[in-house]
Amino acid sequence: MTAPTPRLRLAVALDGAGWHPAAWREPNARPGDLLTPGYWADIVQEAEAGLLDFVTIEDSLSIQTDAPFGAEDDDRTDRVRGRLDAVLLVSRIAPLTRHIGIVPTAVVTHTEPFHLSKAIATLDYVSRGRAGVRVQVAPRARDAALFGRREFPEISYADLDSPAGEALLQEAFDEATDYVEVLRRLWDSWEDDAEIRDVATGRFIDRDKIHYIDFEGLHFDVKGPSITPRPPQGQPVVAALAHRDRPFELVGRSADVGFVTPRTPADIASITARIRTAQDAAGRSGETVHVFGDLVVVLDETEQGAQDRLARLDEAAGATYESDALVFTGTPAALADLLATWHAAGLSGFRLRPAVLPHDLRQITQGLVPELQRRGLFHDAYEATTLRGALGLPRPTSRYATTEGTPA
Amino acid sequence: MTTHRTDRPKKQIHLAAHFPGVNNTTVWSDPSSGSHIEFDSFVEFAQIAERGLFDFMFLAEGLRLREQAGKIYDLDVVGRPDTFTVLAALAAVTDHLGLTGTINSTFNEPYEVARQFATLDHLSEGRAAWNVVTSWDAFTGENFRRGGYLPQSERYERARTFLDAAIRLWDTWKGDEILADKASGTFISTPAPGAFEHRDSQFDISGRFNVPRSPQGRPVIFQAGDSEEGRDFAAAKADAIFSRHSHLEDGQRFYADVKGRLEGFGRRHEDLLILPAATYVLADTDAEAVELAREIRLQQVSPATAIKLLEQLWNRDLSDHDPDGPLPTVDPSENDDLIAKGRASARSHGDRLEQAERWREISRAKGLSTRETIVEVTGRQSFIGSAETIASTIDDYVQADAADGYILVPHITPGGLAPFVDHVVPLLQERGVFRTAYEGATLRENLGLREPTR
Repeated sequence: MTAPTPRLRLAVALDGAGWHPAAWREPNARPGDLLTPGYWADIVQEAEAGLLDFVTIEDSLSIQTDAPFGAEDDDRTDRVRGRLDAVLLVSRIAPLTRHIGIVPTAVVTHTEPFHLSKAIATLDYVSRGRAGVRVQVAPRARDAALFGRREFPEISYADLDSPAGEALLQEAFDEATDYVEVLRRLWDSWEDDAEIRDVATGRFIDRDKIHYIDFEGLHFDVKGPSITPRPPQGQPVVAALAHRDRPFELVGRSADVGFVTPRTPADIASITARIRTAQDAAGRSGETVHVFGDLVVVLDETEQGAQDRLARLDEAAGATYESDALVFTGTPAALADLLATWHAAGLSGFRLRPAVLPHDLRQITQGLVPELQRRGLFHDAYEATTLRGALGLPRPTSRYATTEGTPA
Repeated sequence: MTTHRTDRPKKQIHLAAHFPGVNNTTVWSDPSSGSHIEFDSFVEFAQIAERGLFDFMFLAEGLRLREQAGKIYDLDVVGRPDTFTVLAALAAVTDHLGLTGTINSTFNEPYEVARQFATLDHLSEGRAAWNVVTSWDAFTGENFRRGGYLPQSERYERARTFLDAAIRLWDTWKGDEILADKASGTFISTPAPGAFEHRDSQFDISGRFNVPRSPQGRPVIFQAGDSEEGRDFAAAKADAIFSRHSHLEDGQRFYADVKGRLEGFGRRHEDLLILPAATYVLADTDAEAVELAREIRLQQVSPATAIKLLEQLWNRDLSDHDPDGPLPTVDPSENDDLIAKGRASARSHGDRLEQAERWREISRAKGLSTRETIVEVTGRQSFIGSAETIASTIDDYVQADAADGYILVPHITPGGLAPFVDHVVPLLQERGVFRTAYEGATLRENLGLREPTR
């Protein structure tokens, strides 16, 4: 079991103009700038000004839709459509920030683990140790058709609990588990001191410190080693969002951070228990696996103001906003109360999804953060220099290291 | 001295910078040689190139560490970053420099690559370029889902169809769909932007492309292959060729050949730029440069490297061969399973025999040892001399249609480009053949290329 953390960790999840489908119509939204680097630099710099531990960026291979489990893309014209590749987007922002962790979403169902591994390793170099990746499955016919290499049955959200749905999830998460294993082995495939530049012998590397990973799985075999040397953190942070058992298992077995969606403190106990069971089963009992609560937040100086704003957003969207996560509507102080309670109930941190950018992000950085600091629940300055450091994770030795414990 | 046509205005020269690569051109043993992986090296390199008003910087790619005789090759620089990721980051620290990445069409899928280049073009505000390469070896395939390999005969078919598919995806958005009109609640003007279906011999894909049209519409397209098929592919599809013909006569031959193919594909002479890779050695005087060039060649071809290069041509174990003795008397191996893996220079036995014979002739004629022969026959620098000599040579070559400009490959990372920028660029500017300020907003504009037709 992990030791209790002295403070809670705080991240924000960024997506387009915000998580509410009508966010882009709010007065200070910048819907015409969503494809520009300047917009994202402003947003991530605001998050960094608020000392947040990291940002995540949503992504998908297929175009946004109001019905992600539908067979077809929707044809709405009143929603944000179109986005940028999240890995490249955060790489563009990394040189403009210094402290905040950057965690893009990457789809692991259709893409190549070899490419993603070196991309995240490179992001770690570019950001000097602040990179992570949030892995996401996409076992959907719509996504598969974009690559034309596999077929998936069309299963609605309601049918995910059916045997066919369970089988689909099982396959997708088994593959994701293999995928993360390959990412991690490739990050370790160069030992830290593999580059020797030994002029006397003419050797640039000590090839005994560069390792094949020889992964063989159902969906891919990967020989290795990586073409990119071991990244600054050794192992960039791996995160995943999870709502049910098989995804909880992925978190427990493979991730450093799990994003979960409890609605009550009681949910927290049951979710964390399931993740800890998977963690123990995977032989990771001694490692830190953070469990973060995901919340959509609509924040204002007054509770009434927040509720009025949500009502206005819902009216503009033409529907009451629903989410997999709890939608919190209220003041930053009330949110601080809830986070304190849930932190005490077993969540080590939170990933807040601002309903509207930049409004709800500023409510977090300028309202919530000072409130948490006042209560001694959040740091007053960045202390660690890496994302692993911010999360209290040690820098691991490469699993292939042959020199551990030997004198220099 | 070369002559050039006087019936036309002088051509403007294009210059680009190739980040030093993982072959023996790069002298990592030099005390001034910096990191090949830390981001600071890339920043410094890119900013030197931008200070020199270069059109773009260029990154090569290799998707598996090279091996020789079953072992990871350790005498050259080993390891590099992910191309897309480092270029996206460089967009944050440069304003004008084009960002050209080599991306393989065999071990990627069109939808994802199209997404990544469209994203890079947005993030750089119109500075993305793609060097389309093909690879077919099972050795590299061992790192990918795709695995296996592509028959050599199909690799250009795949490259062609891959690029066609990518262009189709980029063209699905016209560029005027996003209205983002808060008052009316209309974000996009049309219900299904990005819709596509693409079916050919290699791909069967459909759906909606999710990156709206980028500033350049599509990245500038480079091609690097030298084969008959590669030249046709470039003449049909590319905006620029990254060639290896940096000397005058072979440059002119290549230039005339490829430009001559354009009309057959319904394209104009100026629709395709020929940009050979070129190395250089710059010193205060020509004599000093010649001496320095020889010293650099000896650094590039150490005794150990000489044996490895010898083995690559002979395709057999020659680890006991004396680099200071004559070339081996034994002929190259008839085995076409190559001792060197992960290099583009696959050769058949017939070619190897012929080349070995050529090496032997040179060795005999000049009385050279194995190492000296290899110094002589491989990788001699393209431009050697004072700044004045190099500037006038480059100008002459370009005006004589040996090239439209050069992609310079320094041998020192990352600072090796600076002397060229500081000393040669001003002379080219004085000659009126190189820009004194960036004229365009996008890479395509700086290269003087037309908007792509749809």
